[in-house]
Amino acid sequence: MTALAATQRARLNASASRPESIVMDMKNSSPASPRRTFFTQASVGVALLALAPGVRLVDLALARAQDEPASAAQRWGLLVDVDRCVSGCDACVSACNTEHGLGDSERPQTDAQWIRKVDLVDHNTGHQLSLPLMCQHCEEPPCVDVCPTGASFRRADGIVLVDKHTCIGCRYCMMACPYKARSFIHEDLTGQKTHAPRGKGVVESCTLCVHRVDRDESPACVEACTDAGREALVFGDINDRNDPLATQLAETTTRELRADLKLNTAVRYRGL
Amino acid sequence: MMKSAYFQSVSSSRGYWLISAIAGVITLAGLIGAEHMESAGHWVTGMSNQVVWGVPHVFAIFLIVAASGALNTASIASVFARDDYKPLARLSALLAIALLSGGLAVLVLDLGRPDRLIVAMTHYNFKSIFAWNIFLYIGFMFIVGIYLWMMFEPRMNRFTARVGTAAFIWRLVLTTGTGSIFGFLVAREAFDSAVMAPLFIVMSLSFGTALTLLIGMLIFWINGATMDPALAQKLRRLLGFFVIGVAYLVAVDHLTKLYVTGHHQLEQFILVDGGIYTLLFWGVQILLGTMVPAILLLLPRFCQRGYLIAAALLVVVGALTQVYVLIIGGQVFPLELFPGYSVTSTFYDGVIADYTPSLAELALGMGGMGLAVLVTLIGIRILPFVPVQMTGENQD
Repeated sequence: MTALAATQRARLNASASRPESIVMDMKNSSPASPRRTFFTQASVGVALLALAPGVRLVDLALARAQDEPASAAQRWGLLVDVDRCVSGCDACVSACNTEHGLGDSERPQTDAQWIRKVDLVDHNTGHQLSLPLMCQHCEEPPCVDVCPTGASFRRADGIVLVDKHTCIGCRYCMMACPYKARSFIHEDLTGQKTHAPRGKGVVESCTLCVHRVDRDESPACVEACTDAGREALVFGDINDRNDPLATQLAETTTRELRADLKLNTAVRYRGL
Repeated sequence: MMKSAYFQSVSSSRGYWLISAIAGVITLAGLIGAEHMESAGHWVTGMSNQVVWGVPHVFAIFLIVAASGALNTASIASVFARDDYKPLARLSALLAIALLSGGLAVLVLDLGRPDRLIVAMTHYNFKSIFAWNIFLYIGFMFIVGIYLWMMFEPRMNRFTARVGTAAFIWRLVLTTGTGSIFGFLVAREAFDSAVMAPLFIVMSLSFGTALTLLIGMLIFWINGATMDPALAQKLRRLLGFFVIGVAYLVAVDHLTKLYVTGHHQLEQFILVDGGIYTLLFWGVQILLGTMVPAILLLLPRFCQRGYLIAAALLVVVGALTQVYVLIIGGQVFPLELFPGYSVTSTFYDGVIADYTPSLAELALGMGGMGLAVLVTLIGIRILPFVPVQMTGENQD
């Protein structure tokens, strides 16, 4: 079970269990007659029957069907826990490359990198950090602003993508991206994955594994990080207050990169 | 019809065919370079995911900026009613169209998918300054075309000043747009500046006037004539002031950045220890491309034609260098994502990027220059653009 599916299951369970706990509390606080207990339980049961479809509907709305368009009710995001990220570990990078068929042409300056590990050393203290860097899926993406044809676009749920059919390869988005998160395809490609259409002459970047997200799965990098035992990446819906991501964002201090640009990124860093 | 008698189309001559052949070969080399880049992919260029715009953009921006500036002479004649510039008015408008054609050809052929030009013409994101520029370029061609019609057709001559004014305003907006392609790049400290738009306007005045002088003299040579010395001297002084104007705004740009502590590393790189970029900035852009031509253009003792040609050539060399230092130097300097940290990664974060232009992209850039000259030569062959005698009289 993926983290996303587990979250939703837990949410459903939590919703369903809440009335039962009320019954238990009533039982413990004041002993009641069998008749009163019966009426109480019956009314709770009726209430449950009335409420359950609504609760279920809310969950169904959150987990949209494949043929439904993305909804602004959700905003997918990532939390990077820098304290858990280890220098030298590139499980997230390898997983991304495998998932999307990014190859190595032995020309590193022109090879595409959707996610990269960055090692930092504090000038003053010598403190060392390591973190993954990828498209930050801005709410106000400069790449979308500058794209002349509208090929760079932001989905309703906040995922920033490139329409490979209307990208003319002008690379203005690469000039505009504050995070150097985009790559231009410099040569012919072979063996592309069906879920990750790629081709020479257009620009691409992290899709937040949109094909997996649409199947209610976590991005490949998040899964790989968890499998590697780091759990430095948390994926989820920023708009859902019950989502572990939103909870952690609400409870801890996080920061966005180049916050001065006020782009409201969906990727946040903790421990930086 | 006395008025039209002052202009003529250029007849066949050895000089005409010689220059046409040279321009044709350069254009052909550009097309071969572009075909190589497109069929193999951009890995055959010096460009990378760090330096995404290379030498083709340097030539394209130079030509586009120079195109609007090439209209100067016509604007001075029509908008500011200086009749002594009229002999060159038609030629300057033709040059404007020709240079823009060359620049746009380079820009399009450097796209990752030039075959999708139709997509660029049918899908617009109106928040993109790049999309605005597409309209500005097409509109400029259209307005200058109308302007030429007003100049060519005696019955329409009375509208020349009005259309010339519209073209003048349009060219100012166009260069503002071109400068803003860079000025709007908020994330890159080398470009993010409101000075970019006025800088590009003054650059256009300088680049365009230099090319008008050089190509104009070349055409007169082909035609077995020489440019009216009085007019040449006026353009000489004008170019001198424009060169000083560019230097002033370049100084303002750097002084502004030097004042901001956050930009000190960038300025240190460009002005002090940036290797080839520092050398190009001080040695070619400032010394050879600004100081020497300013002296040659403004001191009376250097008023001979040879000095004027040398000065205009130096302005062009300095202009190309300026755009190179601006575009390439601005990209090789790393983005600062983590202030206070030294950064390393597999994606060249935190390091000065490498860039060495390949032959293919140099050929494409030069091909744009060749195409601009070729379009000019075709224009003067089929229509009366060139004045018969450069007397400086009112000939329209």
